Amino acid sequence: MRKDSSGLMEMSQPTPQRLLKRRDFMKLFGGGIIVLFTVDVSDLFGQASRGRAYPTDINAYLRIAEDGEVTVYSGKIEMGQGVITSLAQMAADELGVSLESIHMVLGDTELCPWDMGTFGSMSTRFFGPALRSAAAEAKGVLLELASEQLKTAKDKLSVQNGVVYLTSDKDTRVTFGQLAKGQKITRKLDGKAVTKSVSEFTVMGKPVIRMDGVAKVTGKALYAGDIRLHDMVYARILRPPAHGASLKSADTSAAAKMPGVTVIKEDNLIAVLHPDPEGAEKALASIKAEFDVPKPTVDDKTIFDHLLKSAPQAQERDRKGDLAAGEKSAVSVFENQYVNGYGAHAPIETHTALARFEGGKATVWTSTQTPFPNQQQIAQALGIPPENVRVITPFVGGGFGGKSSAGLQAVEAAKLAKISGKPVQVAWSRAEEFFYDTFRPAAVVKVKSGTDSAGKICLWDYQVYFAGSRSAEQFYEVPHNLIRAYGQWGGGQVKAHLFATGPWRAPGANINVFARESQIDIMAAKAKSDPLEFRLNNTSDKRMRSVLEAAAHRFGWKKAALPSGRGYGIACGIDAGTYVATIAEIQVDKASGKVKVKRIVCAQDMGIVINPDGARMQMEGCMMMGLGYALSEEIRFKGGELLTKNFDTYELPRFSGLPEIEAILVKNDELTPQGGGEPAIVPIGAVIANAIYDAAGVRLFQMPMTPERVKEALKGM
Amino acid sequence: MKEIINFKLNGESTKLDTEGDRMLLWVLRTDLGLTGTKFGCGENLCGACTVVVGKEAVRSCQLPVREIRGKEVTTIEGLAGNGTLHPLQEAFAEHGALQCGFCTPGMIMNAYALLRKNARPTRDQIIQGMDQNLCRCAAHKRIVEAIESVAKKV
Ligand code: FES
Ligand code: FES
Repeated sequence: MRKDSSGLMEMSQPTPQRLLKRRDFMKLFGGGIIVLFTVDVSDLFGQASRGRAYPTDINAYLRIAEDGEVTVYSGKIEMGQGVITSLAQMAADELGVSLESIHMVLGDTELCPWDMGTFGSMSTRFFGPALRSAAAEAKGVLLELASEQLKTAKDKLSVQNGVVYLTSDKDTRVTFGQLAKGQKITRKLDGKAVTKSVSEFTVMGKPVIRMDGVAKVTGKALYAGDIRLHDMVYARILRPPAHGASLKSADTSAAAKMPGVTVIKEDNLIAVLHPDPEGAEKALASIKAEFDVPKPTVDDKTIFDHLLKSAPQAQERDRKGDLAAGEKSAVSVFENQYVNGYGAHAPIETHTALARFEGGKATVWTSTQTPFPNQQQIAQALGIPPENVRVITPFVGGGFGGKSSAGLQAVEAAKLAKISGKPVQVAWSRAEEFFYDTFRPAAVVKVKSGTDSAGKICLWDYQVYFAGSRSAEQFYEVPHNLIRAYGQWGGGQVKAHLFATGPWRAPGANINVFARESQIDIMAAKAKSDPLEFRLNNTSDKRMRSVLEAAAHRFGWKKAALPSGRGYGIACGIDAGTYVATIAEIQVDKASGKVKVKRIVCAQDMGIVINPDGARMQMEGCMMMGLGYALSEEIRFKGGELLTKNFDTYELPRFSGLPEIEAILVKNDELTPQGGGEPAIVPIGAVIANAIYDAAGVRLFQMPMTPERVKEALKGM
Repeated sequence: MKEIINFKLNGESTKLDTEGDRMLLWVLRTDLGLTGTKFGCGENLCGACTVVVGKEAVRSCQLPVREIRGKEVTTIEGLAGNGTLHPLQEAFAEHGALQCGFCTPGMIMNAYALLRKNARPTRDQIIQGMDQNLCRCAAHKRIVEAIESVAKKV
C-alpha cells in the first residue's frame, strides 16, 4: 500500500479544477482506463453543504494504468477508521485483483475530485456502493477488451489476480496491464454495472490486516507534522487567555531580538517563527501581552440553566397520538432531566499544518477530515482563487469529528507562509487544542414518560436542548409520542455557547441514548420488571430484538428485577442505520465512588459487513472510548477561560480501565452496509448509568459519572 | 550555549552540536529528521514521545539532550533490523493494535522497554506498565493482546 498524497510529489501536478473536466484526465495520466463515478448523498444533506452543492458530476475515480496498476482517488481521508483498507477491499473484490495491488490516493484536492469530507460513518455506506460499481464497470471494460484480444465470447472468460483467462484453458490469458496498454478509455458510471452478491465475495467480508499497519508500526507513516521542506520554520501564535478576550497591547521587542526569530504582526495575528519549535516557543513566552477579559457569567456548573434559558424554537419529530391522552392512560408518570457538560475530541495528534506559498499558489499539508472545504477557507483567507490552493491530507492522527471544522491551523499556516515567504508549520500545543476544539456541546434532555397497567409505555414526551435529535428516534411502541429538539449540536443560529461546538463521534446521540435508556430502566424498575424483558415487551422492531437477544445470549443474561445488586446494565440504540445493544457488568466502590467496569458485550447489526475485523476494531474502540465520556471526560471552564489545558485534568480512558470487551456482529446480509465508526459508542453512557443503579440502587442523571458524583448520589440514599 | 553531545542513536554514533537544554523530542524530529517519535502533550502525560534510553522508556518531550550524552537511544525507526520487523511491530500490525497510529510508536517503545525488563509479564503487569500511555482511538484491548502475544513467544 502506497499513500502518494503524503509524499512530496506535488511539484509536477496540474491545477485541480481542470481535473473535473473529463477530457483532461487522459492528459494528466496518459493512457489506461479510467472510470469516473458519483456518490449521491443528496438525500442526507439536501442540495447545499457548506456553501457548495454536492457535485452530481464526478466524485471519485478509479484508474487502471497502462502497467495494470490500480489506483483509487478519493477525497476521503484516513484517520484511523480504516477506510484505506475497506475501500481497497471493495475495489479489489469487484475488479478481480489482489488487495495489495490497489493503491489509494486520499484527501488531495489536486488529484482527487471534490468531496465533502470524512464524517458521519458515511465512507462505507455511501462511497462504498459507488466505488464497487465503478470497479465492476472497469472489469466490464477489461472483459470486453480481452474478448476482442482473445477472440472469445465474454462469458467464456474469468478474472483473477489482475489476469483475464479462458475459463476452460488457464494458459490462454492476458493481464490487465496488457489490456490497458495503449488505451485511452474514460467511462462515466451509468449505474448499470452489476456488483457482486455477498456469496460471491472473495476479498470483502473477510478479515484482513490493516493496509496502513506496517507504515504505522515502523514510524514511517507521515502525518502533517512530519512533512519536512527545505528552509521551513515553526510558528507559535499569541493566544488570548479566554474566549471573548480582546488584545490591548503586545510588546514583541524581546522576541525580535532573539537570534533566528521572525516576528509577524498582521491584523489580529501575532506570531513568532523560528527554525526550531522550541526557539519559537521561547520567543512566544517573551511577548508581553495584555488583554481585556470579559467578566465570566457562566461556568461548568451553571451552564445547564443558561442553556435552558437560551433555547431557540423546537423542531419536532415522530409526533404520534396526543400527549395529554397518553398521560391520562398512564398509571405511573416519570419526569427526569439528564445533563452532560462539554466534551473534547482530544485526538493525540493536535491540529497541525505545513504551508508553502510560491508563485501565488499555496500548498498545505494538514490534519483535517475536510480537505475540500479547507481548500475554500484557505483560499478565502489568502484572497486567491481556490484552484491556487492545494490541500494534501497525510495520515490523520485521530479526528472523531474534531478535525472537520474550519481548519484554523491550516489558514494560520498559509497566512504565515504568504507573509514570511517561507514554508511554515503550525502545530497546536495541547492547551491550544483544548482551547480551539469544537466541543461536543453541553446539553440537557427532559423526559416525561408513562407506563400503563400492562407495563407498556404509553407516553413519551422528549425534549432535548442543544444536542439535536440524532439517535432519539422512537423504536419502542408508544402510542403518544413527541420528540422536540431545541437547537442542534452545532449551535446553529443561537449563540448560547461560549465556545465553538461541533460534531463529536456520533453527534448528539450519546446524550440522547443516555437519557432514553436511563428513563427506560427507571420505568422497568418501577414495574419490577427485568430490564431486558421490559425492552422486548415494548418493541417489536426485529433488528432491535435481534441485537438485544444476541447481546443477552453472549453475556449470559439472567432475569432479575432492578436493582439486583449484580451491577448489570443494558442499553440499546440506533445510529447511522446500525442497531446496537450493549450489556455491561460493573462494580461500584462505595467508599470512593469509583466505578470499575468489568465487562462489556456489544451486539451490532450493520447490514453487510465488508471488513469484519475492521468493524469489530471500530466497535471495541467505541466501547472503550465511550467509557471516557461516561465516567471521566469533562471540560472545566469559567466564562471564556478554559481550566482544562492538558490530559492531567481531562482524563481519557486508560489501560487500567480496560474491561473485558466483546464485539458481536449480528448477520444481516439483506441490508447494504450501514455505519460502523460510531454506533457502538452511543449506548455506553446509558449502560454504565443503568449498571450503577443495578449495583448500588442510585441513579445518575449527569455525565460523566465521576467518583464525586457517584459518592454524592450514594449520600442521598 | 551550544555544546557537543556524542551518543548512540539506533546503533550509530551520533554527534550533536546544539544547546543542551533542548528537549530530545524536538532534536529528533527537527535536526535528525526522525519523525516517528510524536508530540502529544509536551508534559509527560501521554507517552506519544516515548523512546528508549539505555534500558528505560523515557518521555523525550521532557528529556534535555545533554542527558543522553554517552548513552544509547533507540527510537521507533531503530527497532526493525535489516528490513525485518521487531516482533512487537509485527504483533501490533497483526493484531490491529492501532487505528490512527499516532500513539503507536510511543506504545511500541514503551512495550519494548517493558519486555526488556521482564520478558514474561502477566497481563496485569502489562496493563500497569502501559498505563501512562494514552490512546484516543481506544485500541487498548488489542494493544494488550499484541504485547501478550510477544511475551508468550519469548
Ligand atoms: S508528548 Fe511527551 S508525554 Fe506527551
Ligand atoms: S491509535 Fe489513535 S491514538 Fe492510539
